Amino acid sequence: MARALITMPATAKRGEIVEIRTLIAHPMETGYRAGDDGQLLPRNILRRFSCRYDGEQVFSAELFPAVAANPYLTFCTIATVSGTLEFTWEGDRGFAQTERVALTVAA
Amino acid sequence: MTVSRRTLLGAVTGAAVGTLVVVRPAHAADDLQAAIKAFTTGAPLQRGRVKLDIAPLVENGNTVPITVHVTSPMTPADHVLAITVLNEKNPQRDVITCRLGPRAGRADVSTRIRLANSQQLVAIAQMSDGSFWSDTADVIVTLAACVETP
Amino acid sequence: MKRPLALLAAAALCAAGLAAAAAEPPKRDDGRRSGFDFMTREVQAIQRDDAQNPAMLWVQEGAAVWDRADGNANRSCASCHGAASEASSRMKGVATRYPAFDAAVQRPITLAQRINACRVDHQQATALAPESQELLALESFVAMQSRGMAIAPPRDPRLVPFRERGEKLYRQRIGQLDLSCAQCHDERAGARLAGATIPQAHPTGYPLYRLEWQGLGSLQRRLRGCIAGVRAEPFPYGTVELTELELYLMQRAAGMPIEAPAVRP
Repeated sequence: MARALITMPATAKRGEIVEIRTLIAHPMETGYRAGDDGQLLPRNILRRFSCRYDGEQVFSAELFPAVAANPYLTFCTIATVSGTLEFTWEGDRGFAQTERVALTVAA
Repeated sequence: MTVSRRTLLGAVTGAAVGTLVVVRPAHAADDLQAAIKAFTTGAPLQRGRVKLDIAPLVENGNTVPITVHVTSPMTPADHVLAITVLNEKNPQRDVITCRLGPRAGRADVSTRIRLANSQQLVAIAQMSDGSFWSDTADVIVTLAACVETP
Repeated sequence: MKRPLALLAAAALCAAGLAAAAAEPPKRDDGRRSGFDFMTREVQAIQRDDAQNPAMLWVQEGAAVWDRADGNANRSCASCHGAASEASSRMKGVATRYPAFDAAVQRPITLAQRINACRVDHQQATALAPESQELLALESFVAMQSRGMAIAPPRDPRLVPFRERGEKLYRQRIGQLDLSCAQCHDERAGARLAGATIPQAHPTGYPLYRLEWQGLGSLQRRLRGCIAGVRAEPFPYGTVELTELELYLMQRAAGMPIEAPAVRP
């Protein structure tokens, strides 16, 4: 389980645009770097990120080695109903992690 | 040239840890055009509506903040479907591709990227009406002074 | 930027309200400048924002390790020092007064060494390896509780000979490049060295996230990197020479605010 930090409001008004900021610990080893022995270190990156809210995927991203280590990704979504947002990262070596954050939406 | 400076220092210490080995393709600019075409599937690429925010001078290419903002009403009838960022001189052209939709509210994404060298970046937005819009940015990348052994 | 919410996220881990302001050092009259001042605006912005600062991932880990029981005594840091959520009050000021003299080993020890001494003595656990992720996590968690506070080296006469040796090392030319710390960081701070601006070398932000490392590291890692940079053989982790250097550097930075966990290029 990698450390992840999600920053977003705990409450929002219906229809309000909320900004979501995500940060997760991962080396994002590019596969282009040589180690001490001169051999290329194998690629090990996060490849996909997605956010599900209120029954559907509201945002997703395909990440490549050019994304910096400990990926930081921000995006927006409209507050619709109170519920749990699911944030999922998937990547090399079978990496899969989901974080859940509750959002309370007032009328 | 930054790579040769690192290689020289690396030779002295016997290690080149931490370097991004730049495997520059023979025709970087052509590759970028090909990558752009792959995303637009040949549709015309227009300048505008997209703002690619990145510092013009970067101290360390390892972690470069960027923001892409696309002007769009983000309604079910008219919204941004996807945003991609492509580069000119990294070992591969793709940086990140995001899928949005009307539920985004605002077409604003930020992340931090790696730049292996001074180069051009392109941000392209695919709209729901099938049009493609873009912005470019030229970035100069300087590197930190010392090569380290762990 | 939803700044208030970033604070909310960090409030459990640090002194609420001080977080955002304390991440940025104020300008001084005495000519001393934090490495923060030598960075680009973009990198400064990463340090200013706890939602973006990758070091906060280690702080989060540190809080988890703090609360976790370990060792044959089956105790956690929390068992003696209170839960992680209360650490802001209990651990406040600790990082400002390290390195400190340890009577048990009759020499100054760093904060990381103090953490390990606690593990061995009170948790009956094995010491964590230097620069290990777990040790860095704990160190960053503790150091952050002093964010915004002035560095306050202890006025302990037992530290004097070690600090003097640290200053001597700081001024000594070493390595194939035959350079001393003072030549770059006292005489040429603000000048350029191969594309980077030479900072004054005040250790206000350690442990910190260094872009060059794409990870968190301690002052000892940075010192070893610099020593290797002038083509001298770096002292191994944990040696008294590195502690003596740190002791001198912290005295040299006395009064400057702690920025841990900082971000540097």
